[in-house]
Amino acid sequence: MDYNILIGGAAGQGMETITSIIEKALKRAGFEIFTIRDYMSRVRGGHNFTQIRFSEEKITSHRDKLSGIIAFNAKTISYHIKRLENHGFIISDESVKFEDARLKKLPLMETAKETGNVRVFGSVAAGALFKLFNIDISFLEEVLKETFREEIASLNIEAVKRGYALVDSLYSISLPKKDENILINGNDAIALGIIAAGCKFYSAYPMTPSTSIMNYLAGKMHEAGIVVEQAEDEIAAINMAIGASYAGVRAMTGTSGGGFSLMVEALGLAGMQEIPLVIAEIQRPGPATGLPTRTEQSDLKFVISASHGEFPRMVIALKNPEDSFYQTVRAFNIADKYRIPVVILGDQYLADYTTTIKPFDLSKVEIKRYFNHKDYMDGKKEFKTYEINKSGISPRIIPGKIEGTRVLADSDEHDEYGLITESAEVRKNMCEKRLRKMELLKEELIEPSFYGEDEPDVLLLGWGSLDGPMREAVGLLNKNTGKKYAALVFGDIWPLPVKMLNEMHKKAKTIINVEQNATGQLASVIRAETGITCHRSILKYDGRPISRDEIYNKLMEVN
Amino acid sequence: MDKCTYKTFETAWCPGCGDFNILEALKNALISLKKKPHEVLVVGGIGQAAKTAQYINTNGFCGLHGRAIPPAAAAKIANKNLTVIINTGDGDTYGEGGNHFIHNIRRNVDITHFVHNNQIYGLTKGQASPTTDLGHRTAVQPEGSINFPINPVLTAISLGAGFVARAFSGELEHLTSIMEEAIKYRGYALVDILQPCVSFNKINTFSWYSKRVYKLDDSYDCTDKLKAMEKAMEWGDKIPIGIIFKKEMETYHDKVDFLKNKEPLVYQEPVSKEKINDMIREFA
Repeated sequence: MDYNILIGGAAGQGMETITSIIEKALKRAGFEIFTIRDYMSRVRGGHNFTQIRFSEEKITSHRDKLSGIIAFNAKTISYHIKRLENHGFIISDESVKFEDARLKKLPLMETAKETGNVRVFGSVAAGALFKLFNIDISFLEEVLKETFREEIASLNIEAVKRGYALVDSLYSISLPKKDENILINGNDAIALGIIAAGCKFYSAYPMTPSTSIMNYLAGKMHEAGIVVEQAEDEIAAINMAIGASYAGVRAMTGTSGGGFSLMVEALGLAGMQEIPLVIAEIQRPGPATGLPTRTEQSDLKFVISASHGEFPRMVIALKNPEDSFYQTVRAFNIADKYRIPVVILGDQYLADYTTTIKPFDLSKVEIKRYFNHKDYMDGKKEFKTYEINKSGISPRIIPGKIEGTRVLADSDEHDEYGLITESAEVRKNMCEKRLRKMELLKEELIEPSFYGEDEPDVLLLGWGSLDGPMREAVGLLNKNTGKKYAALVFGDIWPLPVKMLNEMHKKAKTIINVEQNATGQLASVIRAETGITCHRSILKYDGRPISRDEIYNKLMEVN
Repeated sequence: MDKCTYKTFETAWCPGCGDFNILEALKNALISLKKKPHEVLVVGGIGQAAKTAQYINTNGFCGLHGRAIPPAAAAKIANKNLTVIINTGDGDTYGEGGNHFIHNIRRNVDITHFVHNNQIYGLTKGQASPTTDLGHRTAVQPEGSINFPINPVLTAISLGAGFVARAFSGELEHLTSIMEEAIKYRGYALVDILQPCVSFNKINTFSWYSKRVYKLDDSYDCTDKLKAMEKAMEWGDKIPIGIIFKKEMETYHDKVDFLKNKEPLVYQEPVSKEKINDMIREFA
């Protein structure tokens, strides 16, 4: 079983609230969940929708065909009915002017009014939905009790009960396993990773779709002992994070592409001053303001080359919420180890979709700070902020901790002490010292995820949040077609891990890059780094997330 | 602790530059306040003044142009035991970094800010700064600056800063005592220090300032905000120097319990795994 329900209406009608309640209740019932959110950059009106997919099996993508639609207005039906399965259903209020055999016009509004408040409209619909699937409404009741204060909760529970009585069951499904999952989106997973990594300072300027990271952290500020500072602009945000990191705390900033554009000079500052820094860049379609609430993977080439001059950096493309948590922690460890900026690259799709995963395992989380205080406590060894050594990684101490030491960070080219210099020799040595760190970093890169057949006819290449959709697409293709498919999905993306790529590209007859951008940026980076050329591209750049079905269909077309 | 505590470095400043006296006053103030070099962090942006951190053996952070204040404020938030002092210029503070100047006053982190205000861009060789007088001719303003200057002291007071002073680099003892007061002040303290630029400002010279500045005496009440704003507007033939406005205020740290009542943030333990597990369980 695998069902897909769309809930749509205008901004401000409460779809997000009812979606969160329904998905959580289905999760509690034991289903695996994958919910996407498609919202416009406005507070009222327009057309917003969410799609809740639930299944007994692990699911890693949204899909196109709809089992049902809950329509808060007629527009929702006309927009989405072409995706509705023949035997699917539509629930809407009786006032909605639309005709279709699958449409169940129900007195949702009237029932809500009778219950005591028109705003419980969504809960009436949720009750009806649960009845259609014959799922016990106790799961909804439980979630409502947790979400609202008692009075509001009981009103909504009453609404659910009344909604349940409005329809007859369509499906008879048995409840799967006991629920042991968490239900989380990418940005909340990043935020938990930030806390688990022991980060103590997060400065940012609000920018969709990165803001929810700051929102979560702000809610946990006192509990987690993390300062969350809303800066006056992105330039201040990143410079503050660098200042805090200089002082010795783990520090981070987060933004989207436009804000990152403003941060670029300071990214180079972290590179030059060799101050550890983690930056979350949650992509949305650009250039300029672009599509603020939508998704794209078009900042890859920008992020790997941003800022003038040459300095080591790492870019990790986040694949899914689980990966987002663990990679955020790893980003801090790598930033500290090499004293470099590390960018974790997400996008709106990953930021906002919620899915069921196993709770994060903190036994896998280790905080490694790489301070060198021990070597300097007795005052015998002279501390030099930019000491040149074989690894290129200079020692690091907390300024103010050891009497007689001076931590001097400089944005000008500097000598080992951090003093400004224009010496040709020192410049060359410092440049090489910084770049040596990059070579060392390459030794601990994580190779891309591999899905599918070992000896593929077609090798798909993708990165970041396309992990889930590509994984499912490859599974379907191998099941339904005579050809053999495989996919490599990059998480570590700069420096580019090339071992698996070099191995796999020789085996495949056709190589196709699948990306959410218009120019095939991963293919371009791969070509530049390895000389490997993709034969075809599947690219999507309309701001909407590519589903496993779209990838599947495109491949059926091209092959 | 004596004069030798703070070492002397070779500088890139022109002979006769006001920066020498400002650096001297800074060292004197730190010695008088018994601050050891490793307890102090000097922060700068870009410019001749911003190089101060290079020429004193405290910790130093030489950042980007206009961006001295954000890392300074953040370093103090991270480690309240550090004495954080910004030394940077009028262009860096009021021009390139204007937005940070405004908003860090609102933040009121306990840091001290010495602006070396020579009313000109020195490092880029003599263009108008935000404090250059109207009509001042430069290579870029050949017919004289047509943009009127900002008044940093008045601006800071009006934005709500709790400690605002003006000083003159030619008055070493007076400057030192104001610096001491500024460093001791709990909260953001701004000292706008008038200084000659011997190479690029031929109008606001040492003697130009010397003839005009006068020290505020005990009869002046620096706690009256309206009077302070009036005093801040005095500019021309007579320029007052001294603490123009001072008021006790809650600092950033005062408003965040775990910053105020615990050890410095940098020495606080990461949150326990039990607590993180509780947070994870909220998603169950």
